[in-house]
Amino acid sequence: MTDSTPKTKYELVCGMEVHAELKTKSKMFCGCKNDPFGAEKPNIYTCPTCLGMPGGLPVANKTAIEWTIKLGLALGCKINLFSKFDRKNYFYPDLPKAYQISQYDIPFCYEGVVETSEGPVRITRIHLEEDTGKLQHKTVDGKKVSLIDYNRSSVPLIEIVTEPDIKSAKQAKEYGKALRQVMRYLDIADCDMEQGGMRLEANISIRPEGQEELPDYKVEVKNINSFRFVEQAIAYEMERHDELLEAGETPAQETRGWNPNKSETFSQRTKEDTEDYRYFPDPDLPPIRFTQKRIDELAAEIPELPKAKAARWEKEFGIESKYAEQLTAERPYAEWLETVFAIAEKPNAVANAIVNKKVTVSEGEDPTAVAKKVADLSKTDDVDTSELVAAITKIKEANADAVEKYQNGDTKVVGFFIGQVMRVLGKKVDPNVLRTTLMKELKK
Amino acid sequence: MLETKTLKEVLDLLESGEITLAEVHKDLHTAISEKNDSLNVYLTVNNAEASPSTAALKGIPIAVKDNYCTKGIRTTASSTVLDTFIPQYDSTVIAKLKAAGGSVLGKTNLDAWAHGSSTETSQYGRTLNPRNPEHLPGGSSGGSAAAVAADMAIAALGTETAGSIRQPAAWCGIVGLKPTYGRCSRYGVVPMASSTDSPGPMTKTVEDAAILLTHIAGHDKYDGTTGDQPVPDFTKAIDKPIKGMKIGYVYHDIEGLEDGNKILAEQLKTFEKLGATVEKVDALDPHYAISVYTVVQRGEVSSNLGRFDGIRYGNDRSHFGDEAKRRIMLGTYTLSKGYADQYYNTAQKVRSLYIKDYEELFKKFDVLVSLTSPGYAKKVGATDGAAMFGELEDMLLEPSSLSGLPGINVPCYRDEETNLFLGMNIVAPMWQEEKMIQVADAFEKATPWNTWRNRK
Repeated sequence: MTDSTPKTKYELVCGMEVHAELKTKSKMFCGCKNDPFGAEKPNIYTCPTCLGMPGGLPVANKTAIEWTIKLGLALGCKINLFSKFDRKNYFYPDLPKAYQISQYDIPFCYEGVVETSEGPVRITRIHLEEDTGKLQHKTVDGKKVSLIDYNRSSVPLIEIVTEPDIKSAKQAKEYGKALRQVMRYLDIADCDMEQGGMRLEANISIRPEGQEELPDYKVEVKNINSFRFVEQAIAYEMERHDELLEAGETPAQETRGWNPNKSETFSQRTKEDTEDYRYFPDPDLPPIRFTQKRIDELAAEIPELPKAKAARWEKEFGIESKYAEQLTAERPYAEWLETVFAIAEKPNAVANAIVNKKVTVSEGEDPTAVAKKVADLSKTDDVDTSELVAAITKIKEANADAVEKYQNGDTKVVGFFIGQVMRVLGKKVDPNVLRTTLMKELKK
Repeated sequence: MLETKTLKEVLDLLESGEITLAEVHKDLHTAISEKNDSLNVYLTVNNAEASPSTAALKGIPIAVKDNYCTKGIRTTASSTVLDTFIPQYDSTVIAKLKAAGGSVLGKTNLDAWAHGSSTETSQYGRTLNPRNPEHLPGGSSGGSAAAVAADMAIAALGTETAGSIRQPAAWCGIVGLKPTYGRCSRYGVVPMASSTDSPGPMTKTVEDAAILLTHIAGHDKYDGTTGDQPVPDFTKAIDKPIKGMKIGYVYHDIEGLEDGNKILAEQLKTFEKLGATVEKVDALDPHYAISVYTVVQRGEVSSNLGRFDGIRYGNDRSHFGDEAKRRIMLGTYTLSKGYADQYYNTAQKVRSLYIKDYEELFKKFDVLVSLTSPGYAKKVGATDGAAMFGELEDMLLEPSSLSGLPGINVPCYRDEETNLFLGMNIVAPMWQEEKMIQVADAFEKATPWNTWRNRK
């Protein structure tokens, strides 16, 4: 017997917080080299400031601030002309000053949007802060030890926070990818997910379909390092919440982690342990003031973004949007490809050939060579009609049953004959001529 | 006897070749070994022979408060948390001092983490006032003040957050100059309250302070709060007539300061004799500054001391003394969620009222004068059970410190019976240290209170 009460249908309410390390030459608040992943040894890119030595002082990296503003502008954000850095106080061994320099109530950017196929995802704010050192739990000489590498300490880190606009796990993934694409286009971050250069966090809850109010709980899944995992984690959580809600329980407000090996989330910290970060303006860093003129200059430096590029390609080169969407994915590649379009006779044929992998090309290749490869695809050899007919006759003899099929109305076998003819001739025949001749002969 | 000379005198004697740097070194170390056991001025003495320099300061060793990081020389901030801490770098002021030909004579005692106005909170024992060892030297730069007063140094460096240079200078009868906030780099100075910390000279004469300041000031790429204003030669303000200058006399009617103000009023007549005008003027009540300073400073302290966890260097938190613990707790509380607005943010608003008040006052006056400290040096043990000791002692200096203004202490009276001094605080507008140096120098030279200009 089945339960007579129809099961409640729930929908996802999800906002995301994304952290990305900026690839400035030097760190956020000191002159040390910003290259934590390229460093040969731990703790080689350090100084009194990023080690939290007594008397070390931060000086803000201007480029990092300008890049943050550029990202904001690229995402349609408003920019705070007056901004400041604040101290977020908490203890953790990877945080040498016992506070992280971050931004509290006046982030550089606010109120932007990222468009996805499932609708807009509103950006609440983008702020700039510093990354922490990296803890490594190892066994040295048989003893379990925790080691700290400060190469990453004070690397510039941006945090992008959205409104709870994400309605599906798939959309979360799409949003993350779109964000990464913009950052790469701006050339401000590598977003290497495996290394931790980009980290995802989803704030997840579900509500009955049709409900307007936000749910009264929220689960944060932190430090997810792949788009696939974020999709899986959200799906996993939705199911977990569904079960709890159906059992009449409210999921606990907590922070969870993602275990990729078990494909499940696990509890890390509950609300009761929520820390009070005792934010206050960092007295070591003077507030930052921008003029609208400077913001306009930064806006002018923003390169053409994928969507705009695709639209222009369609207009200028007649590239169909289904190709343009794929081919604009990465900026250096797209910029190279455009040099091919510029000299190609039929740019859309080039796009088609590349997307459908009819030709093999590589970024940076000579545009003329690429154009020739594509043109060669449609080049045909001159074939004598008698030669063609002779070949068809031969094939017909060998495949009498297929001929019969055709004559009984099975047109699908035409493809088979075309392939056979090409093989027997060993030449490229004009497809129109081949098809017409073939049909005529097959009817005989 | 060279240790009793002023910086200017030693420079002149070295210049003329009458003395050698080695003699200066020897005399200083003799004085230190004779007096340090009783006065407890130095926590660490740098025995390395100072090498002669062709640069401006000619190799002269300078006493340095033990909260400046000094490469290779232990730096404790008078807390056993840092008992074993040997910095791998020089603070910018020390680097500048060395570049100008100066060297580090030793590291002087202070209130632990510079929390206090007595040196009694030092975890290495209190320093005694050389003018009268039954009394305290003041603080937090008490060791540096005592080093100068006791002729255990030619000159010294201190740091001030709100009174920590000027108040011990007043109590020890020396000159103490707190520059404009941002004039001297804080890089490498163990932080106390970041928004007001100011390194500065503590010297025998105003001229010596001007000499030292000229060499340690200036923009620092390692400290974003330093200003990019050019650094003038502050000694140009020496021996400059003050005729026609307008001096405002503030805090002249504060209750409880009647005795001190009676003496100061008498001393201010000197300015009139020199052709300046002195006018009593009301300033925003300094009592508010106690609350503002307490809230701001405790908040910043609670955050600044978080890094001393013993993980990377030094000892762990169990080494913090009572005063540091009190300040961490109060600061943590005032910055807590829900309280930050009530305390820290309100304090910042009142702070801007002081800044406005000074803007108005400086439209009318070149400099403002007041007592430096409410009275003479307090007796040893005076801080027992007095948690707000420093704030009350520094009340007259807190409004200008919170406003980032420069100020200088010059001795303005000596009590014959106790051999203790009163100090006058002269405050100038931002970046205009020359004005207060000019006025202080004129006063020093026209009165009998400076014990090096008026040797017995």
